[in-house]
Amino acid sequence: MVALENTDTRAVVAGMTIDVQAVSHSFELDGAPLLVLDEVELRVEPGELVALLGPSGCGKSTLLRLVAGLEPPSRGSIMADGRPIDGPDPSRVVVFQDPTLYPWRTVRDNVALGLEARGLQRSQGHRIDKALALVGLAGFEKAYPHQLSGGMAQRAALARALVNDPRLLILDEPLGKLDSLTRLAMQSELVDLWRSSGFTGLLVTHDIEEALFMATRVIVFSGRPARIKADLPIDRPYPRHRGDPVLTELRHRILELLGLAETW
Amino acid sequence: MSVNDTAAALPAANGGALPIGGGLPSNLLLRFSAAALLWFAASGVTALWPDAADAQEWERTGEFASLLVVAAGLLVLAALLAAAIRPAPRSRLESAIASLSASVPWLIALALGVTGWEILTAKLNLLPRPFFVPPQALLEVYLDDWPRLLDCFAASLRLLVTGYAVGSVLGVVTGVAIGWSRAVGYWVHPVLRLIGPLPATAWLPIAFFAFPTSWSASVFLIALASGVPVTVLTWSGVAGVNSAYYDIARTLGASPRFLVLKVAVPAAMPHVFVGLFMGLGASFAVLVVAEMLGVKSGVGWYLQWAQGWAAYGNMYAALLVMALLCSGLVTLLFRVRDRLLAWQKGMLKW
Repeated sequence: MVALENTDTRAVVAGMTIDVQAVSHSFELDGAPLLVLDEVELRVEPGELVALLGPSGCGKSTLLRLVAGLEPPSRGSIMADGRPIDGPDPSRVVVFQDPTLYPWRTVRDNVALGLEARGLQRSQGHRIDKALALVGLAGFEKAYPHQLSGGMAQRAALARALVNDPRLLILDEPLGKLDSLTRLAMQSELVDLWRSSGFTGLLVTHDIEEALFMATRVIVFSGRPARIKADLPIDRPYPRHRGDPVLTELRHRILELLGLAETW
Repeated sequence: MSVNDTAAALPAANGGALPIGGGLPSNLLLRFSAAALLWFAASGVTALWPDAADAQEWERTGEFASLLVVAAGLLVLAALLAAAIRPAPRSRLESAIASLSASVPWLIALALGVTGWEILTAKLNLLPRPFFVPPQALLEVYLDDWPRLLDCFAASLRLLVTGYAVGSVLGVVTGVAIGWSRAVGYWVHPVLRLIGPLPATAWLPIAFFAFPTSWSASVFLIALASGVPVTVLTWSGVAGVNSAYYDIARTLGASPRFLVLKVAVPAAMPHVFVGLFMGLGASFAVLVVAEMLGVKSGVGWYLQWAQGWAAYGNMYAALLVMALLCSGLVTLLFRVRDRLLAWQKGMLKW
């Protein structure tokens, strides 16, 4: 679906630097604090695509919410390009596991959301069609979300993020609810998008293969409260191949780190 | 055709008999003729059977019979039109004829009902008078008293629309405010809990004192009656908005104003319309009571006035006008909803 020849008209943005400094975070649960992040230190360089991998419910998604600025961390600080994050900003856009398109808006109006919210729709409206074409949804502008398949809805959500030219794209298990074939196809599409655009990517996933296929670095978290267990650079060229023996070896290593080596 | 063939054909005929939308049924002519015949019969009974000797002679009997003949004639015309022109499939004419043919059972039942009504009242005088009147008595009211009825209709409509508009707008605004702001919720919620369940008509004695005119008092009562359900449903709609919708908009740079107007309100719309529907029903009840007790015009006043004169024909005529007014407004509300909420799946059709 990704038309790479189209990308020469897109502005190549400079990726954002993210610096997570000694961040701890806890929730109130029945009056008692529940620690979900414990002294997390993480630096993401511009243009990297970093996968956060860990057991379900360990706090990876919480870290993404903090980076997005949707909540402030309980302790520590997060810097974006050296400035502390004090709220959401359209330069840091999130794609959630659920597409969460607004059901009352057409696909086009959903994609227009960010421009509309910032009053840029009139001057920047042409970017909407470009973003829709980029994710392969040209021709579906007038469709309503309930008429889309799961993969198409997630593509629309992706277009809604990309139209804002984010410098950091935060992907919270974006492919988690798709069928496995659509999922494999969209992994390649996402990698192509990231390579052609230049944004920094943060990807939370449960899928080790997905992390290895897409990311430049894989951060392995422990169970709750999340601590960083390992920081593995994936120094393989793109486009990657799922059967790459180096990736297979890394997969084994990660399974060991997650305590699942006996299934190898 | 053998017995077996007929048996085999039956389920298919039953299953696919309703011709709504696509294709005209083969027995169209028969269906229309049957209905037309019954309307002719109703007219004949009205015109030719003399009124009961022990009761008054009803006026406008001839006009009513003519009206029935016109109805029958229109049905014949429709049948001939359908048979002669053979409208193109899926044309507008075809769908009009198809929907008319779908209402043939109703047209037959109506003809039978009118005939029965005519016989029981004017012809045999079996029902106690003056409480029951024949259909031509209603026609007489419409022909002779239409200026006053029209006046009352307009007065009712103006009062209802004013009160309902005030109530709905205030209801939506209050509902959004309670759903959005904790502080507003803290102060308004207890008031709503105490006042909300109270029927608006309970305020009637105070309202007629406190307001300068009975008209403004009635606007207040109708606004109150329609505003409470709109408030509660809007509130519940706003409170139930998926919080991820807000997260999405916030990361895309939305202001609080945008979150309220472009996220919370549209997301709550399905609930708001349930509230608007309930509020409309409540406003009808209050309208009639207010007009019967205080306002000196309107259909409710007309009902009361007709009853005072034992003019039951006028009363039935006014009731029919009232029914058309209420049903028309509900239909209008549903049309607006269908248009605004076209994005929803599986909506109830009114």
